[in-house]
Amino acid sequence: MQDLVNISIPTAAGTALLGYLVVFFGLVLLMVVLLIMGSVFEKKRASAEKAAAIPAPTREAPVLTMENTLPKAKGTAGELKLYNTEPKDAAMIMAIVADTLGKPLNELRFISIREVTDDEV
Amino acid sequence: MDIMGVLQKLASESGFAAFVLTEGGWKNLVMILIAFVLLYLGIVKKFEPLLLCGIAFGCLLSNLSYFIGMGDNALYHPELWSQFLDSSSPYYHSYGHIMSNAGLLDFFYIGVKAGIYPSLIFMGVGAMTDFGPLLSNPKSLLLGAAAQLGVFVAFFGAVLLGFTGPQAASIGIIGGADGPTAIFLTTKLAPELLGPIAIAAYSYMALIPMIQPPIMKLMTTEKMRKVKMVQSREVTKTEKIIFPIVVATFVILLLPSTAPLIGCLMLGNLFKESGVTDRLSDTAQNALMNIVTIFLATSVGATMVADSFLNLDTIKIVILGLVAFAISTAGGLAGGLVMYKTSGGKINPLIGSAGVSAVPMAARVSQDVGRKYNKNNYLLMHAMGPNVAGVIGSAIAAGFLLSVFGGIG
Repeated sequence: MQDLVNISIPTAAGTALLGYLVVFFGLVLLMVVLLIMGSVFEKKRASAEKAAAIPAPTREAPVLTMENTLPKAKGTAGELKLYNTEPKDAAMIMAIVADTLGKPLNELRFISIREVTDDEV
Repeated sequence: MDIMGVLQKLASESGFAAFVLTEGGWKNLVMILIAFVLLYLGIVKKFEPLLLCGIAFGCLLSNLSYFIGMGDNALYHPELWSQFLDSSSPYYHSYGHIMSNAGLLDFFYIGVKAGIYPSLIFMGVGAMTDFGPLLSNPKSLLLGAAAQLGVFVAFFGAVLLGFTGPQAASIGIIGGADGPTAIFLTTKLAPELLGPIAIAAYSYMALIPMIQPPIMKLMTTEKMRKVKMVQSREVTKTEKIIFPIVVATFVILLLPSTAPLIGCLMLGNLFKESGVTDRLSDTAQNALMNIVTIFLATSVGATMVADSFLNLDTIKIVILGLVAFAISTAGGLAGGLVMYKTSGGKINPLIGSAGVSAVPMAARVSQDVGRKYNKNNYLLMHAMGPNVAGVIGSAIAAGFLLSVFGGIG
């Protein structure tokens, strides 16, 4: 240990060189770790962006036709088109409308029911 | 009551008499003048005023109250700390002895001696630092490494000038351009040199806008200085949160002696980035930082007692410190030049000089020099990468020197 207190010039030169290399070694390793970390996050972000770029599949309006509604209700007039509305919700809406108007449902004709989003209000 | 006797006693105990009557009392007068000069530099010239004002006033208080043989009213007692460090003394490493005889600044100094203040300052630095530029371009770590060249050249130079190994290591770290790191390492390895090393470190950090530009111009061509760098990639919040955890784990495992500095730096940064500890982040970067700065500066200043400051070694340290700063700047620029060549001229080598730490002053110098040659060039964010890499680099350099020279002598 004493040789490090009264350090000789060759030992000092060696220590200086070793120290500089250790700093480089440490920071190069850290750089590699950060590059790996960065590439993982970049890939994640790229895949997220890719997913966002594909347009979300729009649900086609289920059409209640003669073929898919069995049996046909008495007094039914034509087809009802539903846009972003579940048949169950549509049934409820039609019942409310009929009740509010005081008319039987088979005397009313609904052509389509579409959900109005907040943006459209 | 003997009025004349009381008056005589008051006169003989006064500092004015001590200048003349005590051994080396005139040296205190010189130190007081040095304190005035440092106060002038801090207040009027605004050289790192937050630190320099405290250091200068600590120096003033110490030299106003401590005279050899008249230590009763002293705020700082160098002989207590000499006994503390002397392995043959019965008071070796005895904080009890210090505390039972201490003056106010001795109490403050315990925080320096125990390595508490530099580590807490690092916590504040971490809470104030955005490591985003480094994360967006991790290659800037190479510039932070290259800019530690001055540390090891100055270390070698100090050995050539006759300093011991631990003293040379403490002098070399001035080249890291990081005040808390310099104080931390010097306190551990060569506490007798703390005053001059702290003064050199903080003075040169303040002089970076004068020291660096001539070297930057010397080592780069006008074409290089005009290089406009492209915007780095965007860094996510998650990356910023993970970064301090990764760095602390990785660097401390690699070099355990860096634990106090890197640990606190990264803890402060985690407070800032986590988004759930805003109050702690605010405290670390403001209230705590300010409180610790007051204690650190005054206690470091207090160590500037005449006997340990007014000697040839101080002049050597001041010169070696300047050499260390200049060579670190050159090392960073050399790294920048290599990156300029390897990137096909896409990297402006001026950002290399920011690798010397001294956040954010060195990055600002890169920005200013770059804009001088290309008005539309904004190098600041690109220079912040190597700049914060320099903080980690200087902590690793200090950790290495502490591993080699700690616990000897």
